[in-house]
Order: sequence, then C-alpha cells, then structure tokens
Amino acid sequence: MTQLALVIDLNVCVGCHACVTSCKEWNTSGAAGPLCDENPYGADPTGTFFNRVQTFEVGQYPDTETVHFPKSCLHCEDPPCVPVCPTGASYKRKEDGIVLVDYDKCIGCKYCAWACPYGAREIDEKQKVMKKCTLCVDRIYDTTLPEADRKPACVMACPTSARLFGDVHDAESVVSKAIRESAGYALMPEWGTHPANHYLPRRKTNLKIHEDELERADNPLKVDGKLPKPNKSDPTLDDVTSW
Amino acid sequence: MNPALSVIFLTTLIGVGQGLFLALFTQQSYALFELLPHQDARFYGWGSLLALAFTMAGLVASFFHLGRPKRAWRSATQWRTSWLSREVILLPAFMGMLFLYAMSHLSGFNPVLVSLPSGLVIDVTVVLGSLGTLLAFALFVSTGMIYACLHFLREWYSPLTVINFILLGGASGFTLATLYAALFAPTQTNFLDGWAIIITLLGLLGRSSSLWRNARLKPKSSLQTAIGIKHPRIVQTAQGAMGGSFNTREFFHGKSEAFLSTMKTAFFLLTFVVPVLLLVVNLSYPSILLPGVAFVAQYVGLLAERWYFFAEANHPQNLYYQGVS
Repeated sequence: MTQLALVIDLNVCVGCHACVTSCKEWNTSGAAGPLCDENPYGADPTGTFFNRVQTFEVGQYPDTETVHFPKSCLHCEDPPCVPVCPTGASYKRKEDGIVLVDYDKCIGCKYCAWACPYGAREIDEKQKVMKKCTLCVDRIYDTTLPEADRKPACVMACPTSARLFGDVHDAESVVSKAIRESAGYALMPEWGTHPANHYLPRRKTNLKIHEDELERADNPLKVDGKLPKPNKSDPTLDDVTSW
Repeated sequence: MNPALSVIFLTTLIGVGQGLFLALFTQQSYALFELLPHQDARFYGWGSLLALAFTMAGLVASFFHLGRPKRAWRSATQWRTSWLSREVILLPAFMGMLFLYAMSHLSGFNPVLVSLPSGLVIDVTVVLGSLGTLLAFALFVSTGMIYACLHFLREWYSPLTVINFILLGGASGFTLATLYAALFAPTQTNFLDGWAIIITLLGLLGRSSSLWRNARLKPKSSLQTAIGIKHPRIVQTAQGAMGGSFNTREFFHGKSEAFLSTMKTAFFLLTFVVPVLLLVVNLSYPSILLPGVAFVAQYVGLLAERWYFFAEANHPQNLYYQGVS
C-alpha cells in the first residue's frame, strides 16, 4: 500500500514562504477553481491557504532558536476528519493515501474542521466548501510534465530542499530514509491519528576531531628519534636545491 | 470554539420539541395504565403539532449553518460512520412520527390493535407514540454524540455530553408541556410540573458534573507535542497570516474570561434556578403566567448554556494560533 507524504526538515527551513506562495499559485489556478481571498489589498486581508509557515521562538534569550514551521494537511493514516463527514465528501484514497475533499459533494458544515486536531482544513468563504492540501494530486500524476516535475508545488519551490516528497510505506524511499536516519517524528502523536507527514528535528552539526586525525598515523616520513647524521660528503638538501 | 447561532438554535429548539413530545406521551402512558385520566385527543394532537413546530424551527436554523444548503440531502448518506449523518436521518424521521401521532389523534383514526389479557388496550397512537419515544431518544443520542465523539475536544468527550442533551432538552420540553397543560388541560398541570422540576434538577446535576469535570481536565496536547520540539519555553512569533484566517475565526470565541463567567452564572440562574422556583410555586398557586415565564426563562437560559458549551471547548488546533507579531 502506498502512502504519499511530505517530510519537512525543520533544520533547513528558512521560513521564506516560497512553499506557501507556490502552493497558492498552483492550487488557485487549477480545475478545482480558485482559493478565494477576501480584502487581499485591504486592511484585514484573509484567504484560503493549504499551507502556512509559522514561526516559533524556542528557548530563553540569549539561547534561542527561531524555528520556522510549515503546516499543512498531514494526510493522517487514520484521519479523524473522514468518518465524521456526513456526505462522504471527505475521503482517503486507497491507492495513495491522500486525504481529499470532493468539492462537489461538500455542504460546508465544517464538522471535519472540528474533527481535525491540527487545524489543517480551511473553509473557502466564497465557494462555501472545505478545502485542504491535496498533495497537488493534479500535478504528481500528470504525465505531460517531465518526470522530475511530478512533485507537489511546495516541494518544487523550496530553495533549501527542506521538503521531501515520497511514499512513507516504501522503506527505501527518500522520505522513509530521511525519517529513519534523521529521527523524523509525527505531530501530536497522542491522538492516534498517525500522520503520514513527518518533521525532521533541528540538529546540531558538531564535528568531533580527534588529535590523531590531524596527522597521518602511518606517515612514512615520520620517524621516531633523530635521523642519522649524513656524511660530510653526502649531498644534503641544501646541495640539491638551488635557492 | 466559536459558538454558531445556527447550531445553538438547532440543538435547543429540537430539544424542546423532543421533550414536549416525551411529556405528552408520558401523560398518555400514565393514562394507558389508568394512573391518570385520559385526555381529549386534541390535547395530544395539537401538543404533538406544537412539538413539530419547534423541531421544524430547529431544522430551518440548521440550514443556516451550511455553506451549501442545497446539497443538504447528501448528508444522509454516511450514517455508517457519521453521527451528524445519523442526526440528519433521525430528525425528519422523528418529525414524521410527530405528524403521524398528531394525525392519528386529531383524525380519530385510532383503531385498537391488540387488547392484552390484562385489559391493556394498545391502539395506533400507543404504537406511534412508542416509536416516537425511541426516535426522540435516538435523536438526543446522535445530537450529543456529534460532540461527544470528538476525542481531542476533551470538554465534550464524555457520556455527560449525551446525558445533558437528554436532560436539558427534556427539562425544557416538560416545562413547555406544563404551560401547555395550564392552558388546555389544567388538571394535568401538576403532574407535568412535577416532572419538569425533577428533570430540571437532574439537568442541574448533570451540567454541574460536566462543568466540574471540565474544570479539572489536564490538557494532553501542548505546544511541545504540536510542533514536536521538547523545550519548556516556546513562543509563537508568526502564524502564517496577520489578518486572521478560518482557524482564528472558527475556533476562538474572542470573549473575555469575565464574559464567560457571566454567561455561566446567567445560564445557571435562567435554566435551573428561576424555572424550578416558578414551577414549585405553580404547584400550589397554579397560573398560566408562572409556567410561561418559567419556559421563556429556561429557553433563554438554554441558549446561554449552549453558547457556553461551545465556548468552553478548547480545540487543540488553537495551540498553533497563539500569537502574531
């Protein structure tokens, strides 16, 4: 069984919001209609987004770190938003595990948003239907695109490659390796939702260098003790060089 | 959560309708066993139609909650998994039963189905009334479970949620039945009045228990589990939007602590204290005004109670929306 997901590396995310704008650009231009905005140039702009980057300050000054935290639907393996939907508009695809909303069936009752502990769903205030990240389902299977481009728009846009995309059920995929090797974790594990998306933690990059690594241990020129004194008649280094 | 007026009116209005029907059929059941005098068919018939009017008003209110009301019919399809879908099926079923029960009484089409050896006469209204009672309780359970099944909304995730929906709906319905009896069947007023007092006091017990429980809840989620960083001090400096979003509008009531405690006091006085006092006085000094004021006070109190019910639920997604700078 396939479970497509994103793995987001908090260690390299710089909080540039390129994933946010790229996501909005792709998903507002698709066949499913725009992601509506209200007062985009007014005093109180608001709108529908699939993906948002939040920023947290961790620690006490001066020992603080600024963590940029991109947040979108986690495509839970046991999504609490799906069974509560009264119309069947919310569903999880069997073939690839993407959680989707059928905009033609949604009645906009918002119950699924209540049932999502992550706040990953946002209602489109103009179209009056619930919207959420689709993992760019209209892009990742598009055979008219070059194969390298068949990735979610946010992944394509990330300038630091903080976003990885792949099948978390395939142990050899780039995302599974990243989760395994860089201690990937899920958000709010206490609710048993088993999010497919994972986050890679901040890491301290320390390089430990041992004394003996600074010089070659088996250096043939390194000799213990004094070298024998050359004979007076033997050529010395001074004789063969011409300075 | 940010309380939605449509849902507040839906849940309180259908609660009144369910309670009123249960009150009428309770009286009819007592009469069936000859514990009380059987009333005129019009008493049950018009009472049931009054209950139907309340559930109808609730149904209309519910449509204001939907973004796409024209597609509402679709919401009856997922009854296997969704309590909301079950409610969508049970509400019209209950309304239909109210109509049939009323028509059976008013049209006089009430043939005897079975005469039990004990002398009990089971006619059509008894069967319809029993089915209506089952549907009324099933509707209470599904309305309550819509909230009680969301296990991370811990203020709601408790059997008390369902129990309180039953008790508070029942209380308001029996109070209205007391007023209805005071108007059209004065001999039955004290019977219904007594039950209204008992159910209101049980409601007080149930609602106090849930408030007591909710005040002692320890949150399971924290900002640490929300973003997965184990540090005791984390401060949000940006939430991805400065002009607010669906997440800030839907899940925060935006009212002060003082406003919340005022609402709590108001609903305690109006839903429980005032109606019980008036109904107790009405037992000795029967009038129309007393149960009338009791019902209005209790209904207004229930609006405040339901507002508070939504406002006190603290959604874990709020952890992601703690600050803008």
